[in-house]
Amino acid sequence: MALNTLEFHVKIDEGTKSIDKPVHLGVVGSGDMEVLMEPKDLKGAVSIKLVTPVAGFDELWKRVVETFVSETLLGDVHLEINDNNATPAVVLLRLRQAFAEATGE
Amino acid sequence: MSTNGTEKKWDRRSADTAERMAAAARFIGPGKQFKPEDTVALLEAVIRPGDRVNIEGNNQKQADFLAESLNKVDKSKIHDLHMVQSAVPLPVHLDLFESGIAKKLDFAFGGPQAGRVAEFIRDGKMELGAIHTYLELFSRYFLDLTPKVSLICAYKADKKGNLYTGFNTEDTPTIVEATKFSQGIVIAQVNEIVDELPRVDIPADWIDAVVQSPKPFFIEPLFTRDPALITDSQILLAMLCLKGIYGEYEVKRLNHGIGFLTSAIELMLPTYGAELGLKGKICTHMALNPHPTMIPAIEDGWVQQIHCFGGELGMEKFVAARPDVFFVGPDGSLRSNRAYSQAAGQYACDMFIGGTLQIDKYGNSSTATANRVAGFGGAPNMGSDAHGRRHSTDAWLKCGAEQPTLDRTLGNMPRGKKLVVQGVETFGEGRAPVFVEELDAWKLAKNANLPLPPVMIYADDLTHIVTEEGIAYLNRAPDIEARMAAIRAVAGYTEIGLKADPAETKRLREQRIVMTPEDLGVDRKRADRSMLAARSIQDLVTWSGGLYNPPARFRNW
Repeated sequence: MALNTLEFHVKIDEGTKSIDKPVHLGVVGSGDMEVLMEPKDLKGAVSIKLVTPVAGFDELWKRVVETFVSETLLGDVHLEINDNNATPAVVLLRLRQAFAEATGE
Repeated sequence: MSTNGTEKKWDRRSADTAERMAAAARFIGPGKQFKPEDTVALLEAVIRPGDRVNIEGNNQKQADFLAESLNKVDKSKIHDLHMVQSAVPLPVHLDLFESGIAKKLDFAFGGPQAGRVAEFIRDGKMELGAIHTYLELFSRYFLDLTPKVSLICAYKADKKGNLYTGFNTEDTPTIVEATKFSQGIVIAQVNEIVDELPRVDIPADWIDAVVQSPKPFFIEPLFTRDPALITDSQILLAMLCLKGIYGEYEVKRLNHGIGFLTSAIELMLPTYGAELGLKGKICTHMALNPHPTMIPAIEDGWVQQIHCFGGELGMEKFVAARPDVFFVGPDGSLRSNRAYSQAAGQYACDMFIGGTLQIDKYGNSSTATANRVAGFGGAPNMGSDAHGRRHSTDAWLKCGAEQPTLDRTLGNMPRGKKLVVQGVETFGEGRAPVFVEELDAWKLAKNANLPLPPVMIYADDLTHIVTEEGIAYLNRAPDIEARMAAIRAVAGYTEIGLKADPAETKRLREQRIVMTPEDLGVDRKRADRSMLAARSIQDLVTWSGGLYNPPARFRNW
């Protein structure tokens, strides 16, 4: 199946915080995804590179990642996501789990 | 009194049956047995055009040999039958309509043939009576949809024609009662004929003819869920359910739907449930098939009693070894009974919890899609408030008392309410949104000329929705506006969810009409598979002490 690559940035205005160490979480099983979250100097922004077999859900991905970034106040972080049809619920769950592991929260 | 000199007759039905059975007599030998090769001829002798006919079969066992044989009758002799039966899951059930042997269908569950049902209705090959719930259809067997001829299935017959339906008794007693006691004709297929039965489930004098089927009847292990396939999202939803609903209302008597969420809940009773201190306070009595995923909770002493709609392949020995929990006969094997278990699910349960494909903005839900007449089986019975209920339990009273609207219909009179819970991820398979502006059921109603959209659970019965965003306590909503806002608040990133107003959601959370995982103290980070008491089919076998014998397709070791 053809894969789509989606790259975008998210930046919030409030004071952001980065993470200390890179983390990797999840597997590219059916209905699941893996995420690599690493610190990177992006002038407070979060960059996302996403590979997914699903087409036509770009706006939905952006909304989900924006929610995650605004609730965590994340900045200066690069996210790489390899998706295999994860639902938004799974996406948020994996991102939150990765964030918790990276920050020890 | 006779008016035109003709004498009034009161035994037309039995006279008609006697005439038909006389025509079939040459095929029927001792013990009411007939040969498989005479089946088509026997059916041609006992069935007349336009008859109401029942072919036994639900979502589990199937009278498949008799169904296949009915397809082979001479269409010039038998046509335009009115099929009244629980389900039409086999291709042969629909082939009858293709060929014109059958014309009209009244049923409860379409299963894999749901697409053909819709197509046939559209093309005029099938006239649809109604899509029923099981209890509704069974009820009509005794009033206006009584079968003239029923084709049933059993494991064994003895030499007199007594039947053993055993583990999978299911619909048989109901069908036979309605047919035989209205002087109809009952024909049974059995897997084997033996000298002595383990027990008699259906007495021989309620049966007219018995055939040993060339192959055992088809049976589907529909209620087996492999724990290996349970996802972290489902585990999060299960944590929310256990803490925010099971624990909150202390639900002791309930039914579980068929999905992976309820399997996750079953597997988390001995773990998260125990951590919450809920043992003995929840899930003590259940109307439920023998789900393999219940094994750990049963072994851990959570459950006092389970009554089953049907059996489940592989659970025979486990059930027989736990007679304090399950209903078993004098022979020690399970006696299931769909009608009684559905009645228990409707009247004696305080809660139904299940999943769905779509929920509209008001809270109506359906698994119907635009081109499939699927039917709902038992969910609408158990997923509806039983208005005739008069006994009280704490869970039922609490759910009722939380309704701010009760005084508008009942004045100062207290009344309970059944908890009816839909647990869903906001997006389903293929990223299809579960929350929708309008159910596809409306399109189906149009496509298939139905008088109303097939709704599985109506909004006024639905009391709670659980999603990854949290729980909407719809029973606490004062009006439809608050109810719709609560639905939006848990609808995530669907179009419905994106319309949620953050300020309004905040108010709903303050009023405990909506509660997020954080409000409930459920830690999302803990939602992983270590929560499951068994993580594979093999774990279930181990929990059962080797008594559970999973069907081959679930064995991967």
